[in-house]
Parts: sequence; structure tokens; C-alpha cells
Amino acid sequence: MPEQGLSHLRVLELCNLVSGPYCTKLLADLGAEVTKIEPPGVGDEARRRGPFLEDIPHPERSGLYLYLNTNKLGITLDVGTSTGRNILKELIEQTDIFVEDNPPLVMQELGLTYEDLKGINPRLVMTSITPFGQTGPYRDYKAYELNSVHAGGEGYLLPMQSPDLDRQPVKGGGLVGDCICGLSASLATLAAAYSMVATGVGQHIDVSKQDVMMTMVGLDIAMFANLGIRRNRFRWPVLMPTPMKCEDGYIMVSVLNDREWGDLKEYMGNPSWAEDERFNTWLERHIYSDEINPRVEECLRQSKKEELFHQLQAKAISAAPVNSAEEVLKSPQLEHRGFFSEIDHPEAGKLKYPTAPYKFSRTPWQAERAAPLLGQHNEPVYCGRLGYDKEDLVRLKESGII
Amino acid sequence: MSRLALDGVRVADFCWLWAGSYATCLLAYLGAEVIKIESMARTDPSRMMTLTLAVHAFEGVDSSAVFNSINLNKLSVRLNLKKPEAVELAKRIIRVSDVVTQNMRPGSMDRLGLSYDVLKEIKPDIIMLSSSSYGAEGPMRSYGGYAPSFACYSGLANLTGYSDGPPNPMTGSTDLMSAATGAFSVLAALCHRQYTGQGQHIDLSSVESLAVFTGDALMDYIMNGRVQSRRGNQDRIMAPHNCYRCRGDDKWVSIAVSTEEEWQAFCGAMGNPEWTADERFSDAYSRWKNQEELDRLVGEWTIDYTHYEVTEILQKAGVAAMPSLSNEEILSDAHFKERNLAVEMEHPVMGKQVVVGPPWRFSETPARVIRSSPLIGEHNEYVFGELLGMSSKEIASLMDEEIIY
Repeated sequence: MPEQGLSHLRVLELCNLVSGPYCTKLLADLGAEVTKIEPPGVGDEARRRGPFLEDIPHPERSGLYLYLNTNKLGITLDVGTSTGRNILKELIEQTDIFVEDNPPLVMQELGLTYEDLKGINPRLVMTSITPFGQTGPYRDYKAYELNSVHAGGEGYLLPMQSPDLDRQPVKGGGLVGDCICGLSASLATLAAAYSMVATGVGQHIDVSKQDVMMTMVGLDIAMFANLGIRRNRFRWPVLMPTPMKCEDGYIMVSVLNDREWGDLKEYMGNPSWAEDERFNTWLERHIYSDEINPRVEECLRQSKKEELFHQLQAKAISAAPVNSAEEVLKSPQLEHRGFFSEIDHPEAGKLKYPTAPYKFSRTPWQAERAAPLLGQHNEPVYCGRLGYDKEDLVRLKESGII
Repeated sequence: MSRLALDGVRVADFCWLWAGSYATCLLAYLGAEVIKIESMARTDPSRMMTLTLAVHAFEGVDSSAVFNSINLNKLSVRLNLKKPEAVELAKRIIRVSDVVTQNMRPGSMDRLGLSYDVLKEIKPDIIMLSSSSYGAEGPMRSYGGYAPSFACYSGLANLTGYSDGPPNPMTGSTDLMSAATGAFSVLAALCHRQYTGQGQHIDLSSVESLAVFTGDALMDYIMNGRVQSRRGNQDRIMAPHNCYRCRGDDKWVSIAVSTEEEWQAFCGAMGNPEWTADERFSDAYSRWKNQEELDRLVGEWTIDYTHYEVTEILQKAGVAAMPSLSNEEILSDAHFKERNLAVEMEHPVMGKQVVVGPPWRFSETPARVIRSSPLIGEHNEYVFGELLGMSSKEIASLMDEEIIY
């Protein structure tokens, strides 16, 4: 097996659903030993969310859970009990990184704040991912991904170039809001781990999902702060800002400079309307985009998106088809890079999974293990790592602690 | 001054545009010394762009608020890499660096004589990030793209928008998401090098950096052959789960109800209007099935309040609600102010500029905005003189020869 990038880091996760688990998944994928703690009996909420294999709900066959927890070890522990908390603290002693996503008040009540834990392990890096962070008036507010995306300012701008202000702003698709928060938390965690290895000093990182979302639209925030310009999702003049309809779907064509505009004109057969003097400069093409956009769309309408994609790229114009999940799965480019990889799971069987967007020359992404069954690694962790004997394990299980 | 997380890490940064520049901006927030290598012969297009098209026209390469926002804390030198002498100087910078980052089209760095294979000869433990639209290998390696194309090809745009509307590529935020992926991968390689002493090359695909965010949709296709499409704000199981119009001009509040407990709290907070007892809304399944009607009725309640009022009423009851905030509202939001996310900096050419800093609060090694983006070539003297030990005469003559240009 090739070398792994983060095999020297031991991580403990006390998280639910998407952001926190995605944060530690990124570390597990590069070889960190991530132990995920789930509540006994029920497990992570993601186990009860679809998509399920063959549409049959089953806690070990949730695609969401399986995707977000690949490469992790899984244990069950009720941190609501005092024995459970003591066991957690024993684990913390042997941990480099602790990632949690619980409401600040709950962590206070449980006595599991960074202040409580740093005495046990001064090298500990603890990352807390919450909707609004550990300070400020909204600290104890509740938010799901929908609320975080809208509170963070991007929702108000979507769908970008909307023709109709009477319709509501929307969130981004897929898991984008939660995943970007997990990714941002993960990179901050690695920076703190780097610093910890260098100096021996751990620390706490407070990650607010709203803050992360806001940094993604930082330019728009700066626009109001510096120029007083308020933005919303309604159309504003931009040259070809959204995908255009073509014969079998949609094609995105981005033209930023004169060279690209010239080549696009040529591709369209140099139509006379495009020779208009008003379209000669970058700025003017944006200003008169209302006239240009529908005409370009008309020129491309009869062609297929794959055809347009390759022909325009051959002219070094940044075009891209709007792909569905099926088309992403079938992309020869992603296939070439091995973006999807098969993993065998005891309950879900052999399935393809999306892997990672980066190829490391020395420490590649690896599927070391499938997502854990609920409590699958109780024995190796509690007996192997902490030294409990098997009888203890039975008693802990009978009393509902694990 | 407190320690910074990446104290002692130096980055030779050949990146430009958004996705590249913001990746190294994130590293610079964390304390890395990032030296942007640029030139008047090949100016970063983001230096030429202003925040708005009509209000501010191009005023020079040191007057772009866009560039400023995504190149904070960096240093800048000028090197005209079309000249072989400049490439040699770039190598000397790399020799004293830990990380090299670049997002030119695959092959461009090789043609300049700055491929990973060459660089690791100069500096065996160098970490090199090459970020491109589709990745450095494969049939589409030479294809170009900007943020909207990443969103389209990755499948993200197909999932964004109204169910009866066209796909939407989101905003330029997708570039910054790709950038965060780049910064993450550099940090992972740095942690590995710290432990083993080994460097490596990272080949990042911006398209794939967004595809991973659609994991649930990809798994649904893999598991069930189902192709998911756009559904606005709707969730697969939660309802209500949408934005609702409030009092005022284009004001909206997002509300998400997950559990039965939250539904009861939600009804109570609205004063239990009669319709909440309707059979069509009696359980989570029925609410989801009848969500169009449910949304209409919820909207009739929210319209009498401001979005902040609805938020306060519902949060008090334990229901997740937040306004859909505009950029204007964010700046005056009480929580935003308390979190100190925006900072006012003095830029030598543009004057006072508000920028949005890093999103994390470190207890020991604070990440923050230390300086405005560099003027082009602002740090020629420090880098060529102090770091590389060249005399000012030497530097001046390289400028005359348009090598430092």
C-alpha cells in the first residue's frame, strides 16, 4: 500500500450529518486515523437520510452516510452519561485532533469545552463547527444548511440572473453549503495540527458556518462596503453569465477577453450583428449583453452540448456542458483520473464512490476501509486502545453507554 | 505579536485569477509568506477588474478591489517569465521556498522549464500544487474554464435553481471553493512533509473540487439509477423548508422544520392558526406531500413581519430560521459585527478598503488580515535583495533588461 499523508494524526469525531463528518472524512481519506463517535442505538442522523440503496431505508445503507464516513473507524458512546464522558476523556488523552459540531451550550453542560479538555491533553487541536460560532448574539440559534446558506449571503444572490424578483431566493444544490464549511474547517484544523507538531501547543478553532459562507461572497460584501452597491439575484448586465439552451441541454460559454470574443464570432460564422462597433470592448460587451446573449444562444441552439463543448474548447474558448449526475459518472475525463472508486461494504456491497479532486504524487487518496457499521470498532478501540476487557464492554453495552 | 500557524512556510506563488489567488490568500491568512510572482508582461486579469462594470472603470493594475480582496497578506515580485533569466531567478526563489503553487493550463509550467521534475531537483522536498480546470492528465487536460464552467461540468449547476427553471452555476463563490480545496491539499502535504521530510506534487481539478459537493446526488445515481434535478430550496424530507416573503422590499426568511417537536413549536410560535390542525399537515410525510399549500400558508403568516422578527419569534421557540441576507444587511447585522469578519484596511492607492477576512477563530495562532494586497512588484527589493542577496545595482540592471518587469 502506498504511503499515506496524514497517518501520524489521530482524530476523534463527535459530529452529525454533513459538515463535521465531511471535515474529518477529508482527513481520513489521506490516512489520518479517524474514530467517529455515534450515539448508541440510533447513530448519526445521516443514517436515516437517503439516498438508500434500492430505495429501502436502512441505517447501514444510506448513501449519504456511506459517502461521508468512508475510511473512518466507528464507535458508539453516550456522552450524556458521566461514564461516557470519562471514556471520551480517556480517548482525548490519546488524540491529536478533536472535531465536534454540538451547540455551544450543550458542550458547556457536558463539561466538554476546550477549557475543560486542554488540561487533559495540552497538545489537543479542537475544532468546533457550529452554525454561528462560539460568540455573538446568534450563538445559540439553530440552523440547518438552508438557513446557513441564506444567512451567509449567497442564497440572496441565487438563482443568479433571475428574471423574476417575485420568486424566492434559493440555496445552492447538493451538499454545497455544508461541504464547504467542512472543507474550510478541515484546512484550518490541518494548519493548527502543523503548528501543534512544530511547537507542541494545541488550540481551539471556532468555525462558524455563517462566517464560512460569508467569506465565499466576500467580494459582494466588499462591494456594498466600498461602493454602496446592493446586490440581489435579479439580472444585471453580464455577457453570457448562465448556461444557454442548446439542442439537448445547456451549454456554458465564458468569454472574458477580446481574443475569446473574436474566436467565438468566428465559430458562429461571423454573423453581421456581431460586427456592431458597440461590441468591440470588454466593458461594452457587458453593457450591451442584453442584445448579445439571446443572439449567441440562437446561434448555438441547434447544436448538441458535447459537440459545442469540444468544438469551442478546440478554439480555446471556455465552454462546458451542464452535466447531470449520470453524465458526471460517465465523463471520460473523470474516468481517466479515477475519480470514482469501488468500495466493498458489508451491508451495501460493492459500490462506486466519488473519491477526491486532488492527486498526490506520493500519498494518494486511498479507500482503506468502507464506512463503519454502527459500533463496528468498539472492541479494537475500547479494548485495544483503552485497555477495557471484553466483560467491561458487555457491561457498558448493557447499561446503554456504548 | 503572537505566533502564526504557518510561521516559517514560504510559498512561491505563480497563481492568478480567482481560484488560484484565493488558495494562497488562505495560506497567507494562516501565516505563510506568500510571494506572488507576476509581471506587467502577463498581468493577472483580476488586477484589471473592478467590482462593478459601470461605476468604476479600469484605473490601473494597483487599483482593483477584486484583486485586493483575494490577494491579502501577500508579497509581490515582478518576473517576466518569457525571459530565461527570469526563469532562473524564479528557481532561486523556489530554492528558498517550501511550496510552489500554479494554475496555468497544464503544460505551461513545463514549457517554462518549471515542471515538478525540474523543481524537485532544485529543492528535493518542495511541495507543488498544480490547479487546473479538469486536471493535468486525461483527454480534457488542455481544456480551460472559469468558475461557471466548473459548476456546470461538475453537476452542481444542474442541481441549483428552481425546479421549473434553467440550471444555475451559482456565483463566483465556486472559484473560492476550489481555492479552499487547493489550500487544504497544500496543508495536507505540509503536514506529511513535516512528519517525513518528503515533498510531492498535487494535481487538482477544479471541476472535481465541486463534484465532491454533490455526493448525495452521485450516490443516488450509483445506488438507484436516479438522476436528481433542481428543487429550489426544497429538501428530500423536511417541510416547511423554504424562503418566505416578509414585510419590506424583497425581504425573505428561510425556515426549516425537521422534527415533530419543531413542527409543534413552529405552530405554537405562529399562534396555532386553524390550518395547522388540517389533516394535510398532520405528519411529516403529509407536510412534505402538501408543501406547496403549506408554503403558501406559511408565507401568509411571515408577510406581516420583518425577516428579523420572524427569525426572533421562531428561534425563541427552537425553530431554525434566518433571514436571507443581502450584502447590505450583512454589514449592519449585529452578529456579523461582533464576529469582526470585515476589516478596514488602508490601501496605498485605493485608500480605505473594507475586505472580508478569514472565517476561523484560532485561540493561539490567530488568522487575520495583516496587510492589503501588494502593488505589482512592491517587494522586489525584499525578495531579490534580502532573500536572494542581490545588490541594488544588479536589481536595477535586471529591471532595465525587462527581466524584473
